[in-house]
Amino acid sequence: MLTDQAGKGVHHDTPGPGHSAQNSLRTGGNLLQLVSPEGERISHPEFDVWVKDIGDEQLCSLYEDMTVIRRIDAEATALQRQGELALWPPLLGQEAAQIGSSRSLRDDDFVFPSYRESGVAYVRGAHLSEIARVWRGNASYGWDPLRINLATPQIIIGSQSLHATGYAMGVQLDGANTAVLAYFGDGATSEGDVNEAMVFAASYQAPVVFFCQNNHWAISEPVRIQSHVQLADRPTGFGIPSMRVDGNDVLAVMAATRVALDRARKGGGPTFIEAVTYRMGPHTTADDPTRYRDPIELEDWAAKDPILRLRKLLEAKGLLTEDVEGRVKAKADAVAAELRASCIDMPDPQPLDVFNHVYSTPNSWIERQKDHYSRYLNNFNQPVEEGAL
Amino acid sequence: MSKLTFARAINAGLRKSLENDPKVVLMGEDIGSLGGVFRVTDGLQKDFGKHRVIDSPLAESGIIGTAVGLAYRGYRPVCEIQFDGFIYPAFDQIVSQVAKMHYRTQGRVKMPITIRVPFGGGIGSPEHHSESPEAYFTHTSGLRVVAVSNPQDAYTMIQQAIASDDPVLYFEPKRRYHDKGDVDETIDLSAALPLDKAAVVNSGSDVTLVAYGPLVKTAKDAAMAAADEGISVEVIDLRSLAPVDYPVVEASVRKTGRLVITHEAGQSGGLGAEIAASITERCFHYLESAPVRITGFDVPYPYSKLEMHHLPDLDRILDGVDRALGRPNSLSGLEG
Repeated sequence: MLTDQAGKGVHHDTPGPGHSAQNSLRTGGNLLQLVSPEGERISHPEFDVWVKDIGDEQLCSLYEDMTVIRRIDAEATALQRQGELALWPPLLGQEAAQIGSSRSLRDDDFVFPSYRESGVAYVRGAHLSEIARVWRGNASYGWDPLRINLATPQIIIGSQSLHATGYAMGVQLDGANTAVLAYFGDGATSEGDVNEAMVFAASYQAPVVFFCQNNHWAISEPVRIQSHVQLADRPTGFGIPSMRVDGNDVLAVMAATRVALDRARKGGGPTFIEAVTYRMGPHTTADDPTRYRDPIELEDWAAKDPILRLRKLLEAKGLLTEDVEGRVKAKADAVAAELRASCIDMPDPQPLDVFNHVYSTPNSWIERQKDHYSRYLNNFNQPVEEGAL
Repeated sequence: MSKLTFARAINAGLRKSLENDPKVVLMGEDIGSLGGVFRVTDGLQKDFGKHRVIDSPLAESGIIGTAVGLAYRGYRPVCEIQFDGFIYPAFDQIVSQVAKMHYRTQGRVKMPITIRVPFGGGIGSPEHHSESPEAYFTHTSGLRVVAVSNPQDAYTMIQQAIASDDPVLYFEPKRRYHDKGDVDETIDLSAALPLDKAAVVNSGSDVTLVAYGPLVKTAKDAAMAAADEGISVEVIDLRSLAPVDYPVVEASVRKTGRLVITHEAGQSGGLGAEIAASITERCFHYLESAPVRITGFDVPYPYSKLEMHHLPDLDRILDGVDRALGRPNSLSGLEG
């Protein structure tokens, strides 16, 4: 049993205030790993306790989420190839990083993602049509950010790290114990905004977690162009403790994220997590990684596949039964079918929707242009009406 | 009615907003114990605390980017950009985030952020301290842009800007900070002239002269000087630069048939060009002559010994009035 293993050499029964991992967060440049690529559970004296509650059922549930999101990813890529989506940014290979971190969040926590966090959106409760909507071109947002406490996909690289920090400053002003988490990638660590976010977060000790998925590639640029040190070493200079975790190990990701979120909630300030993972697919469906990437590198990482690894662990524990496999496959099939149907059935926006919501109050410039364009459209004797947006 | 300097009037307006709405927070460089380099926030941190009047790190993108997050959380941040020429590091956050968030989320997330920017020249400063960057922002949909010209408007409009659910760029004419004027601090904001309305500040019948911010005073002085020569100049204080209150300008031009626009910012692609084009489209047949622009030159803001040549002053504006009227002027003989 996982919980038995986790219990060895651990002095605390449950994660909580004053736990040792809180004060010795740093992984010291070592990669935190709780499950090896071969699927063996690796005991860790400090971090085990943070995933002690992850029993058989939870492991199977993580496996289900990771499998489902991989299926969503594959279906969305197919929809793009069929012309039903304009673009799709695949997350193939990053399932453990996204599911492990987002499953560690509370409902009242607030998340600021980049554009690749479809797995996070799924876990937060976004509808499948909401995940597809942006990429079909039917809206610039997917879900209602305030309904599921998840900001809209951010396309400007690193920009959301500042939004997360500001939101966390607001949490402090409110005296709440909500935590805030910002997702960004290795490329974003070069952006001024991410560095400014770390300055602000450190200055005000804001309850924010910077979750960096180092997937090794910023479109065609390898991570070495972004940094000459490990990404997890950078926040140290800002006075922000960091952890470097195996991003393809869902348990390690959960443990680290829980430590960081707990720290934020208890007034311990910001934390930086570098989740070392790999973007196994293209940057987006418009990208061709064969132009810049050695196929051997991809093979190496395929051997470290996060879902494969979890499967091995489940197999070793005797959990990967026909029943579980069947249930997960059925769920993935159903979700994929629903994604496809909701995508194809999505109502198109109407022409005059282009003018809506630029401002929250009437604006004379917009009103005039809307009026003129409406008259123009009426020349064609087409019914002009506003859609659902 | 109290007599306040421009800077004190803004200070009083900020104080009122802080008192009335616990969600209002001020952020900026040196705005705390120093009270801002122009003392506009003088005493506010002392009275409202460091958590509501926040000295921020020296990072303009950081100031605006964290304000976006605060707005997400339900706050109404008021950000001070110390000088006009320091706003560019924040340009991306303003243009890509502040301006677009409401549209992006189809109204689910509002950005009630006010960005205060001391702007314009005439104070003998080195580079980057005297610019007029308003056109970058009037060209950005999703933002409201205002420029205030007198202490009463400064007091009223800062509160209206903060109360606005849309983001507002609030340009303050720094060379007028020490000008005094009557301010009615009991003014009812809902009864006051709305934020997006222009005001006719001098009635006239021969020429319409459009100005905003620091040049409203210059324009009024020019109107007075013109009156000595029997020329009746109607001066419009635009107040709102985005959107421009065209009905007010249009009504004036239909009456006078002549239009002069003045601003400190460079000419090409500036707000004057937009106003000239829009008024020409809207009431071409009422125009007796081509619209005239009296503006800063298309040069980087010059070193201070030359700024008096760059800035439109009373005489250059009067020369423009003469051009609009077809009277002898500096360009006589060159007209197309």
